Amino acid sequence: MAITLTDEVVRNAVDTATLTRRLRGLRRKGQLRALLLVAPLMLFLLTIFVLPIGMLLTRSVDNSDVARTLPSTVAALASWNLEAVPDETIYAAFAADLKASPRDDVAEVAKRLNYYETGMRSMLLKTARTIRNAEAPYKDAFIAIDEQWGTPRYWLILKQAIPELTDFYLLAALDMSRNEAGAIAGIAPENAVHVDVLLRTFAVSASVTLLCLLLGYPLAALIARSKGAVANTLLILVLLPFWTSLLVRTSAWVVLLQSRGVVNSALAWLGIINPSQPLELIYNRIGVLIAMTHILLPFMVLPIYSVMKSIPPVYLRAASSLGAPPLSAFWRIYLPMSMPGVSAGGLLVFILALGYYITPALVGGPRDQMVSYYIAYYSNQVTNWGMAAALSAILLVAVLILYAIYNRVVGIDRLRIG
Amino acid sequence: MNHSLSFTRLFPVLLWLAGGAVVLFLIAPIIAIVPLSFNAEPFFTYPMPGLSLRWYEEFFSSDVWQLALKNSIIVAVCATLLSTALGTLAAIGLSRPDCPFRATLTAILISPMIVPVIVSAVGIYYAFAAVGLLNSLTGLVFAHTAIGAPFVVITVTATLASFDHNLMRAAASLGATPVEAVLRIMLPIIAPGVVSGALFAFVTSFDEVVIALFIAGSEERTLPRQMWSGVRETLSPTIAAVATLLILFSTLFLATIQWLQRRAERQKLM
Repeated sequence: MAITLTDEVVRNAVDTATLTRRLRGLRRKGQLRALLLVAPLMLFLLTIFVLPIGMLLTRSVDNSDVARTLPSTVAALASWNLEAVPDETIYAAFAADLKASPRDDVAEVAKRLNYYETGMRSMLLKTARTIRNAEAPYKDAFIAIDEQWGTPRYWLILKQAIPELTDFYLLAALDMSRNEAGAIAGIAPENAVHVDVLLRTFAVSASVTLLCLLLGYPLAALIARSKGAVANTLLILVLLPFWTSLLVRTSAWVVLLQSRGVVNSALAWLGIINPSQPLELIYNRIGVLIAMTHILLPFMVLPIYSVMKSIPPVYLRAASSLGAPPLSAFWRIYLPMSMPGVSAGGLLVFILALGYYITPALVGGPRDQMVSYYIAYYSNQVTNWGMAAALSAILLVAVLILYAIYNRVVGIDRLRIG
Repeated sequence: MNHSLSFTRLFPVLLWLAGGAVVLFLIAPIIAIVPLSFNAEPFFTYPMPGLSLRWYEEFFSSDVWQLALKNSIIVAVCATLLSTALGTLAAIGLSRPDCPFRATLTAILISPMIVPVIVSAVGIYYAFAAVGLLNSLTGLVFAHTAIGAPFVVITVTATLASFDHNLMRAAASLGATPVEAVLRIMLPIIAPGVVSGALFAFVTSFDEVVIALFIAGSEERTLPRQMWSGVRETLSPTIAAVATLLILFSTLFLATIQWLQRRAERQKLM
């Protein structure tokens, strides 16, 4: 009896083991099937989207140009003491590098050095052109081309520009730089533009968020209180602009707000303003705030409305039957209960506003451009990938932090559209 | 007491005034631009001196605008097909009960929606320049597929959340292969989600301008890209005509979405 029991236990144990193994195998197969379904889009996004952005962001710390173009100079400068004028070996190495490198690469290095010291671009290009025909001793040849090569200062800048990784662009994006001793310090106020741009981006986004909240809250409350066809009509009137092309809405504001546009002519017709002195409503901050608020308002109304819809009206009735004046019932019951919608809408509008480019570019003046404009400027107009990448990194980090907060407060899976 | 009573009566009136003003602010610019597209003169003021269809004529007879329209349609249709196919597959995978790393995978799949479009545009421009995909409709289709797919993933995943996976088991026990079960059981049920995801992807591509600004040359200009130039350089009432046509489009889209949602709700009730 005891033996059979053991036998059975053993047999059961074996069965359980195979069963567990088979189950595990099945589960793994199921997991694999799920991953296979996700794989095509995942691979597509990794190649078309994630990898490009990764490549861009590495440009913000990448400095391999100098080291790749001037390998012997890098090696020779390693033993230099930073103070005395370099000796002939260093000049010879630099000359050899310049002779061996294609013109385009030298031009890249020259552009790069110019970020450190204005004027170094033309100095290096001139040197590279002339040194090709020069012969030893190179020290004299360099000084003959430009006597500044005879001072340690420019060699110091060159040495500073050598490391393959640099915090130069990220610091520059925050209006900082390293001085000759390597310590981080702010740059001269007249050259500092980026902090202003970042602060302006935050200020515009915050103002737009506040305006959207002021306008969106009562509208959401009105829709939530309305019933049936009225509520539905109001909702459609919110969704129609939401679905209308961004450029249509922006162009509409350009048409309306121009000095000879609809708003000014209507105000003149009503006798509110003098027709010869139209209000300046566009290509300034007012235009940006009006157009951006208009475009982002639905993103505020919809989340607040969906939360308000779920607040039972009996709560308010209970409050007033207990003697609460309407304002106090609103302040102590309705407002706190609608807060999840307010924070969801507020965060969403703020995040979307941070990255706006088209609307400020079309209706704003030069003093209203946000960080997006400068990212476009650095990549498109002056081809300074390092700066474009550094500003992108800062914008991206700000947005990701805010989304992490959004995820904590609202839940990213509730990122509903329409 | 009297004071608060009058406030209670006054409150709905105040709310209607405030809400109504906001609705006016939302709708008025869209409404106001429509009549201006029929203006006989190239001004943007009311009252209009006369009516004319000349701006529509200009739009339909201009090679530049027609090329832009054609490009927009081609890119949007291709990007929609691609992102709907890839996005629906991914959403089905993500909503399988045994899908591992679901949170991480979802985060990566919807990242194009979260990353500011200027960062995406510059990144794609930088990478496409290296592989020669700039100034091509193919490059534009790829980029628009990437930013449209998350909308498909989100809407289809949301539809699948209420999908009863026992139906798939029932189909399998009745002898259906997994592919048959998906095609004949799952797809018809999640169709409204797939279609509204596809509409989102289409509109996203059709309205996208920042990426087009970076990676499309003058031959690959899309409608929004052409409008951008129009608003920037010489603002002509042709813009108002294009805007009116696009408003007509968005109204149609909104109607379709509403109809789909109502259909989906009816289905849920049954």
